[in-house]
Amino acid sequence: MSTTTPPETAPGLPLTAAAPAAARPRATRRRGERGPLGTVLLHGGLVLASLIALVPVAWLFFLSLGPDKDDYLHPGRIFGRAGFANYAFVLQHTGFFDWFKSTMIVALGTTFIGVFVAATTGYAVSRMRFPGYKPLMWVLLLTQAFPIAILIVPMYEIFGELGLIDTYWALILINCSTAVPYSAWLLKGYFDTIPFEIDEAGRVDGLTPFGTFFRLILPLARPGLAVAAFYNFITAVGEVAFATTFMLDDSKYTFAVGLQTFVSEHDAQWNYMAATAVLIAIPVSVFFYLVQKNLVTGLTAGGTKG
Amino acid sequence: MTVAIDRATGRRSGERPPRPGLGQRLKNGYQRYWYAYAMIAPVVVVLGILVGYPLVRGVYLTLTDANSLNSARTIGVNHIDATYKFIGLDNYQDILFGPTAYDRFWSHFLWTVFWTVACVTLHYVIGLGLAMMLDQKLRGRTVYRLLLVLPWAVPTFVTVFSWRIMLADSGVLNQILGALHLPQPQWLEDTFWQRFAAIMVNTWCGVPFMMLSLLGGLQSIDSSLYEAAEMDGASAWQRFRHVTLPGLRSVSSTVVLLGVIWTFNQFAIIFLLFGPTGAPDAQILVTWAYFLGFGQQPRDFAQSAAYGVLLLSILTVFTSFYFRWLKRNDQLAV
Repeated sequence: MSTTTPPETAPGLPLTAAAPAAARPRATRRRGERGPLGTVLLHGGLVLASLIALVPVAWLFFLSLGPDKDDYLHPGRIFGRAGFANYAFVLQHTGFFDWFKSTMIVALGTTFIGVFVAATTGYAVSRMRFPGYKPLMWVLLLTQAFPIAILIVPMYEIFGELGLIDTYWALILINCSTAVPYSAWLLKGYFDTIPFEIDEAGRVDGLTPFGTFFRLILPLARPGLAVAAFYNFITAVGEVAFATTFMLDDSKYTFAVGLQTFVSEHDAQWNYMAATAVLIAIPVSVFFYLVQKNLVTGLTAGGTKG
Repeated sequence: MTVAIDRATGRRSGERPPRPGLGQRLKNGYQRYWYAYAMIAPVVVVLGILVGYPLVRGVYLTLTDANSLNSARTIGVNHIDATYKFIGLDNYQDILFGPTAYDRFWSHFLWTVFWTVACVTLHYVIGLGLAMMLDQKLRGRTVYRLLLVLPWAVPTFVTVFSWRIMLADSGVLNQILGALHLPQPQWLEDTFWQRFAAIMVNTWCGVPFMMLSLLGGLQSIDSSLYEAAEMDGASAWQRFRHVTLPGLRSVSSTVVLLGVIWTFNQFAIIFLLFGPTGAPDAQILVTWAYFLGFGQQPRDFAQSAAYGVLLLSILTVFTSFYFRWLKRNDQLAV
């Protein structure tokens, strides 16, 4: 960057008196540098945006400390008597651990099955042109456009006939069907960035096609797989409509359904809800930040190649 | 060897040898492609069973008068067979042109279109702004990035409840507005403010995805392009207009399409923000269809599915026009 600028125009030098361009100090600034005002504005904007991003989450945490269910109306009261009583109640007297178990079964099941299936598909469409390639890519794209409204009724009937209503399998399969198309798309983009020579080298060394995929490509694609895993996990944890409709037994509720039970038409126990929400947000956010390093590369690998 | 890495051999599809006979082609095709088909088989099977079959079934349901009173169901030990019958296109006729069609369909349709356009525009503009800020060299970049992706890291159903608490009648937002002597809208009761709140919450939830995608796009733009532009005397705006935006084109076209599809079908935010029965006027088509199918008694399966078919048709039409438009500019990253 700095090689384009002659050294005598470097900022910090007292050019004001000597240079004829003194009236326009901006013109002598090096590329990629800002004036102090620019830096302040930049930090100001980012701080403001970060606050907006943070406040709703922080507010939930704050309310979860207040002991009374109407404390959200009088947040000032919480300061004097903040405590973790809500957490104790939620952990001891609600179905929290049942919900945790179901959510984990559904989310991890979706992640494992979804990523595996998406990876094989992504690899196939990345490396091979076969009859049916175009339609398959179209189907993968259009499946994301399927509104739940059209699928939920027939799925309810079909799963009812198969006896899968109120089972984890129902949710895992459904979540896969929504998460896999996008993951496959995403992984295709990632596989595209791995040179074909690696496949060839593997074949020359006598690996079978599946061996090439499992032993060479998958390990190299770890960042992409992490993003796909994350996407599957988040989709499964955050899924509301199907979980609300298909899970009938309250010990099999996922968090998305369980959290709704605190707020009925007649009674809203916001304090317990807030505590539960915080407890849910922690593991999910931890998982998120573990893979976030690879997030940008993985998400746009398909997009930036053009 | 059976693996068909066409691109590695540099063969274009146009350079084919003369076509052999059908049987030979099938056999060759099988030998060349069995591996590819084996790898896509799981997806095809899963999507076929879980999306294809329900889709066909759903389309059939829209041609009947199925509801929860005449569908097959089991009460205790008695199994009651389905008694709904085929009624042709009456459901569509009723939804699109029947009495009160405006209140039931068109008003929701217009609101859904407005919702989609407004949300995706806000997502994109704010996301691009933040991405460009994060793309600068500055102290604390990582911290900002970690904070800014928080709305995406925490599950939607958690944050929506947080918004619901903040937007409640005497919730903290109205208390702050009151302290500043500003009007305190009834966020969750008044139709206009319901819609406003829905767009606001969805914008808050959707920006991080755009931001991260566009940030990736920005980082992939060759910095020598900026240097060249600066040498030629391009102003900051000109660099943005003629280097940044074209450089982001392929990422943009992908994320905007995904954004439109996801926003159009956004279920969780509206459903959870207003509860299963609240705010009939702020329901977009997806949540409205869910309400018809599962939120009322008797459940109207047929109309709910018909809404689904209409939704899918709208999106399909939109997507194909979008593709055609992109093809003309050759921008798609598929």
